[in-house]
Amino acid sequence: MLRFLSQRLIAFIPTLIGISILVFGAIRLVPGDIISATLGTEAGMLTQAQRASLERYYGLDKPPLEQYFVWMGEALQGNLGQSVRHGRPVTELIAEHFPLTLELALLAVIIALLVGVPFGLISAIRHNTWIDFAGRLFALIGLAVPNFLLGTLIIFALSVYFGILPNAGNYVDFTEDPLRNLQQLIFPAITLGFAFAASVMRMTRSSMLEVLGEDYVRTARSKGLRERTVITRHSLRNALIPVVTLVGIEMGYLLGGTFIIEQIFALPGIGRLLINAISQREYALVQGIVLFIAINFVIINLLVDLVYAAIDPRISYDG
Amino acid sequence: MTANSPSLVLDQRAQGPGFLRRLLGNISGAFGLLLVCIFLLVALLGAAGITPFPPDKQTPIDRLKPPDAPYLMGTDLFGRDVASRVMSGAANSLRVALVSVALSTLVGTALGVTAGFVGGWVDNTIMRVMDVFFAFPALLLALVVVTVLGPGLNNATLAIAIVYTPIFARVARGPVLSVKEMEFVLAARCLGKRPLGVLLMHVLPNTLAPLIVQVSLALSWALLTEAALSFLGLGTQPPAASWGVMLSESRGIAERAPWLMISPGIAIMLGVLGFNLLGDGLRDVLDPRMRR
Repeated sequence: MLRFLSQRLIAFIPTLIGISILVFGAIRLVPGDIISATLGTEAGMLTQAQRASLERYYGLDKPPLEQYFVWMGEALQGNLGQSVRHGRPVTELIAEHFPLTLELALLAVIIALLVGVPFGLISAIRHNTWIDFAGRLFALIGLAVPNFLLGTLIIFALSVYFGILPNAGNYVDFTEDPLRNLQQLIFPAITLGFAFAASVMRMTRSSMLEVLGEDYVRTARSKGLRERTVITRHSLRNALIPVVTLVGIEMGYLLGGTFIIEQIFALPGIGRLLINAISQREYALVQGIVLFIAINFVIINLLVDLVYAAIDPRISYDG
Repeated sequence: MTANSPSLVLDQRAQGPGFLRRLLGNISGAFGLLLVCIFLLVALLGAAGITPFPPDKQTPIDRLKPPDAPYLMGTDLFGRDVASRVMSGAANSLRVALVSVALSTLVGTALGVTAGFVGGWVDNTIMRVMDVFFAFPALLLALVVVTVLGPGLNNATLAIAIVYTPIFARVARGPVLSVKEMEFVLAARCLGKRPLGVLLMHVLPNTLAPLIVQVSLALSWALLTEAALSFLGLGTQPPAASWGVMLSESRGIAERAPWLMISPGIAIMLGVLGFNLLGDGLRDVLDPRMRR
């Protein structure tokens, strides 16, 4: 396990360097120069001296390799640059907006598990009955409905039939008013968690079906154990191992995929911050957010591997 | 041939004339194929301009008409026929999906097959670079690419192609690793065939099964990603029709004109469902381990 951990951590470093090169390089590929791209038409009003001074300020007068090392050195110290429009450090903006995105993703995972696991279990236990077909139909629809369509439908249904506008734009933080906060986040979380619930349901069902066909389950049944005991004590734990992996992987995707939901429901999370940064051509902010999300994604994947190894005694990474 | 193979390679029976029969005999495959055929027909009619009305034609006097003759899916805020725009949107979606998936299949497969076949430092270098792309959630990576290149249909196509290239590389590499060790490949090498010939004639055809499945699933993701990017204003640009743009435009007036949301919504759902089901069906038919 320790060897596996160290191997993964060593492999993690080149990936991180690759991510940083990609993020740094991508922003430099923006047509024209960054100053013109950021300032738009206002860039045309700059004098040569003003432009040179801005280039010096942003370090753009240095060779690209030097620019990368300076940027990387600063990033490692937690400095991802300054947002021109917000007039604040990028890290401060990320720290301010990320908790909401994290809360939204966690709520979506909870909803997906609460819906997906029981549905998947019942589907597997009542294999090839109408309940199973209903569950599979739900999974099929869940995977085919894009979250931006579901979000739009939910807002439409809430506003037309219930007179509620979940995206009134006056977001309340969890620490201020937990109940109001949850009221505001429940529909976005359902939207985000819907497709994930379908994946969890499918995974639980197929994994449970596989486990129920194993020899040790047959042995447990032939010993005369009650079906309930066979399912809860002997099958469920093993069947849920792949679900844990799925949750971990999806958590990473959810953290990086909330921007459409945040945009639709007008939630000030990191995803909406990114979309606004893109439309306002705030490249330092775009760069910082993308780097932050990608690193989170890689760390979560690493943790998933470790948790997977820890919870499944059959898996050994030492050999 | 496939029984002892650790990864999915082409089942010989899949190449025979019974392939289509077995695909049609599979519920997912048959239903998926039907939906995909309908989607293709609608998209081709849209691309050929055979629509009830010109998709961009504005008729202010007929603004926000509910579904009824002659506007079977109603009209939008500018008096444009929604059905015609759904058809034209299908054509745009199909173009983006086909071109992006073709590009990613071509580049990804070439990279994956080369990595798996050559091995060593070439394999390591290619796959480590692919790992970097895997470190980004797909939609985020597409968003970054569109940010760099600028919004638009062609750039969205390229963005989707870049996002799915690493997936094809990984899918293609796996079977190559097992196929290249098989006797018939070793025999071809012993007969003195050039490595490129062995790769193209013997290894590549035997790695097609997972790629075919992947193409179908990637087409559904491409449809979704194009719609999502267009919904955010970064894909197809108005006045060109796109399901994502239509859905985004419907948001402010959905209360007055719900048909503006329903038509493109159902179109996206059925398109994605079709390719997903076809992918599932193809997997069942092509992967002997899945056959029960």
